[in-house]
Amino acid sequence: MNKLNTLRNGVDENGHFGIYGGRFVAETLMPLILEVEKAYEKASNDDGFWAEFDRLMKHYVGRPSPLYYAQRMTEHFGGAKIFFKRDELNHTGAHKINNTIGQILLARRMGKKRIIAETGAGQHGVATATVCALYGMPCVVYMGATDVERQKPNVFRMKLLGAEIIPVTAGTGTLKDAMNEALRDWVANVEDTYYLIGTAAGPHPYPMMVRDFQCIIGNETREQMYEQEGRLPDSLVASIGGGSNAIGLFHPFLDDDSVRIIGVEAAGHGIETGEHCASLKGGRPGVLHGNRTYLLQDDEGQIKDGYSISAGLDYPGIGPEHSWLRDIGRVEYVSVTDLEALEAFKLCTAKEGIIPALEPCHALAHVAKIAPDLPKDHLMVMNLCGRGDKDIFAVAERFGFDM
Amino acid sequence: MTKNPETRIAKRFEKLRAEGRAGLVTFTTAGDPDLETSVKILDGIAEAGADLIEIGVPFSDPMADGPAIQASSLRAIKAGMTLRKTLGIVAEFRKKDDETPIVLMGYYNPIYIYGVDTFLADAKKAGVDGLIVVDLPPEEEGELCLPALKAGINFIYLTAPTTTDARLPRVLDHASGFVYFVSITGITGTSSAKTTDVAAHVGRIRAQTDLPVAVGFGIRTPEQAAGIAAVADAAVVGSALVDQITANFDDNNKPGPGTVDAVLDLVKALAVGVRSVKKTETVS
Repeated sequence: MNKLNTLRNGVDENGHFGIYGGRFVAETLMPLILEVEKAYEKASNDDGFWAEFDRLMKHYVGRPSPLYYAQRMTEHFGGAKIFFKRDELNHTGAHKINNTIGQILLARRMGKKRIIAETGAGQHGVATATVCALYGMPCVVYMGATDVERQKPNVFRMKLLGAEIIPVTAGTGTLKDAMNEALRDWVANVEDTYYLIGTAAGPHPYPMMVRDFQCIIGNETREQMYEQEGRLPDSLVASIGGGSNAIGLFHPFLDDDSVRIIGVEAAGHGIETGEHCASLKGGRPGVLHGNRTYLLQDDEGQIKDGYSISAGLDYPGIGPEHSWLRDIGRVEYVSVTDLEALEAFKLCTAKEGIIPALEPCHALAHVAKIAPDLPKDHLMVMNLCGRGDKDIFAVAERFGFDM
Repeated sequence: MTKNPETRIAKRFEKLRAEGRAGLVTFTTAGDPDLETSVKILDGIAEAGADLIEIGVPFSDPMADGPAIQASSLRAIKAGMTLRKTLGIVAEFRKKDDETPIVLMGYYNPIYIYGVDTFLADAKKAGVDGLIVVDLPPEEEGELCLPALKAGINFIYLTAPTTTDARLPRVLDHASGFVYFVSITGITGTSSAKTTDVAAHVGRIRAQTDLPVAVGFGIRTPEQAAGIAAVADAAVVGSALVDQITANFDDNNKPGPGTVDAVLDLVKALAVGVRSVKKTETVS
């Protein structure tokens, strides 16, 4: 139900968040996009749909994920009281599964017979292959050829789960090209295929729909914080690539003015070097992959490749709702370099006994910057959205450890 | 606002109708493989038999295009081609040819970054007649379609086999110049549609508009072009022409001496195919 004076109304009827979002797709896809929109509208108003979603979240994914008071980290920084929202404990090791469960249920309702997806680091690919195995549906995952090389464990996982991996050499062979290739597949197979997009981006209704599925993170956090501390948190911090874990945490708190909300982009080698994937800090609005949003691009409107040590953040765009929240000033967006994220990786492992994925290490690195100066009764939630097993090879290389 | 701005496109289709034949629309990418070669191709393409000229504006992420045109786009970008330079090519072409319609085809972002109003003014001045922007469906018509019509430039909509009869009015609402029927559900340069299927779809479109209907995607040979000419107002050929460029690369991936002739020879052959079909009954 829409109410006035809220930042949570979602999108207008044309799928826009302010000037962002929209449906910038080829005509061949347009009827299908409208079909997805209609199907999702129907499903999201159906209690039976959400009952099935909740059942799987509880018994298959293992939700609710704990809201954990990180005492040693708190003592180390000596300021704000730090909580981890532990989505790394989900089945498949990240928040990605929240979305793939929601979308596979929708695809089944739509009578689709085949699932396609894009993946960068392979986390979304694994989460998609997992739900396809669960429902016995054929799954094709497009993955940049360079990512296939450097993410072999996830490639093997996806294969074990029965997915077909198609390495993408077109363009620059990265995540954005994998998304292009998935869109090309969809154009060619519109009748029976459902495109399961991995982040809160792409043409409407995907940004809204993916956000809705990921909102379970923020909704749980709200409830858990009331249980533990009897009040709302004072700040939220989450890392952002496409931004689905972040919007999932943020969205349920957007109307709570007392809650400071911070999104952390990956600055790679540093924004000034040009080698980063901080679309908000280092990009400008443009149109790609079905939506208008901040993009890394040159002066001619050609899209540039993102760079980050964290393959999951390595995308030249960002979900359109984040672009809007930036422009209206509701959410602060900052950035953190590879080196800062690696320091946070070491710290989290040593102090809390948790090996985090490199993505949330970016959020943690920003926590490290601001927590020491905040009062001890400041309640800060950091979204620990993925575990680090997939990253140990990359980290070992950086630390000079021979695997 | 004129719903269907009078440009060289309408005049050209009138002429084709008078000649009792369908037209050949060629697609090549601006700046592929380099500025000089692409200009030479355009300089000879009308004489070789192109009735309308589509010029691709290179984009880094051409989502609706197959490998041939993707690679073509990237070659052009690498060789320094930009939207501004593309308009320069059109302006130069217009000094020599003021009749052959020119349609720019591409994706929205380079235009958006250029600035819509500035772009439309510059495009009109350069002599552009129409725009095909793949990722701007009617749902986003406020972005460029409506401003283009206001600026006196045709905005050409794509329709696909997935565009139902119920949806067609939405697509045709502000369509102008001609309607571009994408004959396959797929990307450029891959599979080819059956002529009988194409005829049925063209019939569906004609039932709802008086605009000429051009058919593209998957047309590679003079025979296929002739097949399309029999059922539509024009046949569009792109990937097959672009393939001639790579086929004539020398050992260093530079355009060989026969590149321009190879492209133009195929255009000539395609034109013979298209012109072999005589249209006795009046179309539409």
